[in-house]
Amino acid sequence: MEKFISHSGTGVPLRRSNVDTDQIIPAVYLKRVTRTGFEDGLFAAWRSDPEFVLKQPQFKNGTILVAGVDFGTGSSREHAVWALQNYGFKVVISSRFADIFRGNSLKGGLLTVILPQNEVEALWNAIEKDPNTQIDVNLQSRKVSYGGRAIDFELDDYTRWRLMEGLDDISLTLRKIEEVENFEKGRAAFKPKTLPILN
Amino acid sequence: MGKTLAEKVWNDHIVRQSAGEPDLLYIDLHLIHEVTSPQAFDGLRLSGRAVRRPELTLATEDHNVPTIDIDKPIADPVSRLQVETLRKNCAEFGIRIHSLGDVEQGIVHVVGPQLGITQPGMTIVCGDSHTSTHGAFGALAFGIGTSEVEHVLATQTLPLNRPKMMAINVEGTLKPGVTSKDIILAVIAKISTGGGQGYILEYRGRAIRQLSMEARMTICNMSIEAGARAGLIAPDEITFEYIKKRPHAPKGAEWEAALAYWKTLHSDSDAKFDKEITLNADELSPFVTWGTNPGQGVPLNTSVPIPSEFADEQERVAAQNALAYMDLKAGTPMKAIKIDTVFLGSCTNGRIEDLRSAAEIIKGKRIAGDTRMLVVPGSARVRLQAEAEGLDRVFLDAGAEWRSSGCSMCLGMNPDQLKPGERAASTSNRNFEGRQGKGGRTHLVSPLVAAATAIKGTLASPADL
Repeated sequence: MEKFISHSGTGVPLRRSNVDTDQIIPAVYLKRVTRTGFEDGLFAAWRSDPEFVLKQPQFKNGTILVAGVDFGTGSSREHAVWALQNYGFKVVISSRFADIFRGNSLKGGLLTVILPQNEVEALWNAIEKDPNTQIDVNLQSRKVSYGGRAIDFELDDYTRWRLMEGLDDISLTLRKIEEVENFEKGRAAFKPKTLPILN
Repeated sequence: MGKTLAEKVWNDHIVRQSAGEPDLLYIDLHLIHEVTSPQAFDGLRLSGRAVRRPELTLATEDHNVPTIDIDKPIADPVSRLQVETLRKNCAEFGIRIHSLGDVEQGIVHVVGPQLGITQPGMTIVCGDSHTSTHGAFGALAFGIGTSEVEHVLATQTLPLNRPKMMAINVEGTLKPGVTSKDIILAVIAKISTGGGQGYILEYRGRAIRQLSMEARMTICNMSIEAGARAGLIAPDEITFEYIKKRPHAPKGAEWEAALAYWKTLHSDSDAKFDKEITLNADELSPFVTWGTNPGQGVPLNTSVPIPSEFADEQERVAAQNALAYMDLKAGTPMKAIKIDTVFLGSCTNGRIEDLRSAAEIIKGKRIAGDTRMLVVPGSARVRLQAEAEGLDRVFLDAGAEWRSSGCSMCLGMNPDQLKPGERAASTSNRNFEGRQGKGGRTHLVSPLVAAATAIKGTLASPADL
């Protein structure tokens, strides 16, 4: 995974709450067996509306999505993260994310930043006033900065370290595989197995 | 201090615990399907890794399979490739798979319990957010993304931060015609789609204890719609009885050992919950959604809410957007809403009891003239059982369509979709914009309301017939 230390870019204001994963990418776009090529499905239903924020030229190059509360609710499809990344987003800011979406994003290197709702509103206003507003998201200092303002955000030390080092969880767990082997020795015999098939 | 049920299951699965790190939890069962697994298998191949415990892994084809002509090749080549990819991956890595046409095929959350592979005290994961269904057995079960699927395939573990605990007490007794679906829709309306975020929910109280296993599964299934990754119910005699005769239930001395352990799986009387809410089942009536998220629901005998009456600005805006999308006027009685399609099925309400209860309402009646009803059993076994009981005839004679099993119109990934502007009463779990087909509109309902609605052509409960 690519290291994430900081990102500077412009924002896209998505003034909607409860943006669920079926909005981020509808099920009919989930048929690919790769991790790429999902950008076409991103907000597919809304993108047919010329007024939709992603269709507006001033927000075309935005890499930081600023969304309403409860972003990413619904299904566990990691395709939602891939669609945002494939489209070019590096960061999503919201006052609250759904648990599974947030987990998926932080595994895959899409930084999800939680800011208080009043800061999200302020950011929306700033971006709408000047779409070229440069926003800096810094994981080292855990700050979002723009137009002379700097806002702290929280992210646990472990996840921050993993993102900044670009480490994936599997290789970290495999370093401790003896501990898994030890645990397996103590598992109860009555725990079910899927094989052999019993009728 | 005492422990909650979820804490007990969590603690029993800690492989490694270290300050400043997530807990590493052992996973007892990993369920997979065609949509969220191909990229995970690719990841394994790229890194030269094996599946650590194929015998703790089970695959079924459900999300993207047709529900008609299942003996023919899948018509859509992209869907066919996805299903064939799962078959190839399972063959390569030695994983048990139940493919289309197999008697054990079905929706992954119907198949696990049916086989007796879902048992109390387990950790169960699947690349599907409705994995919370298995919590009905007192298992800690939750949905995961594809990166986590790969992690579980490779290591049989997951690093996780311990969630907070919320008790949902449902006291009293349900009135006839009110179901566990109405309980969970009322819970979500009460705490909102974000209310359970960061929590594991435990459903408790007299009304929960009285429910069958299938009814309990409906409740736990929709925990995710309240924002919680997992929801569970302490196992009891009803649970043990349900498991006992299933193919993968422990046998002999192992059954006794398992039972002794399972009986310890309840929240201690002095266990501390971070949050607690209480509902009275006596006060519940059939519940339906009016909006575009599962928290936007009301009792069926009331009206479409008036957005200006919402105190919270975000809720007000969300309600306005929802009414515009749903093409509904504030103040319209819910029972005046005309329905084009009724969908009976899904991992929420696609089990035999759901089909039986709907068939009982429909028996001897005809579906309203311009209403279509789609009945999709949750598994091939459910379909066979229903046919043995003659339920297929009841639905067909009433004018409904009787299909093969799969996720179908719940998520509209296969050809079972609403057309733009069509309105559905659906026993599934999500009423998101376009969920059941682009431009489609969804009202979430119980199987009883679905059946009555199919007869009336407008949202209705059996009492209205």
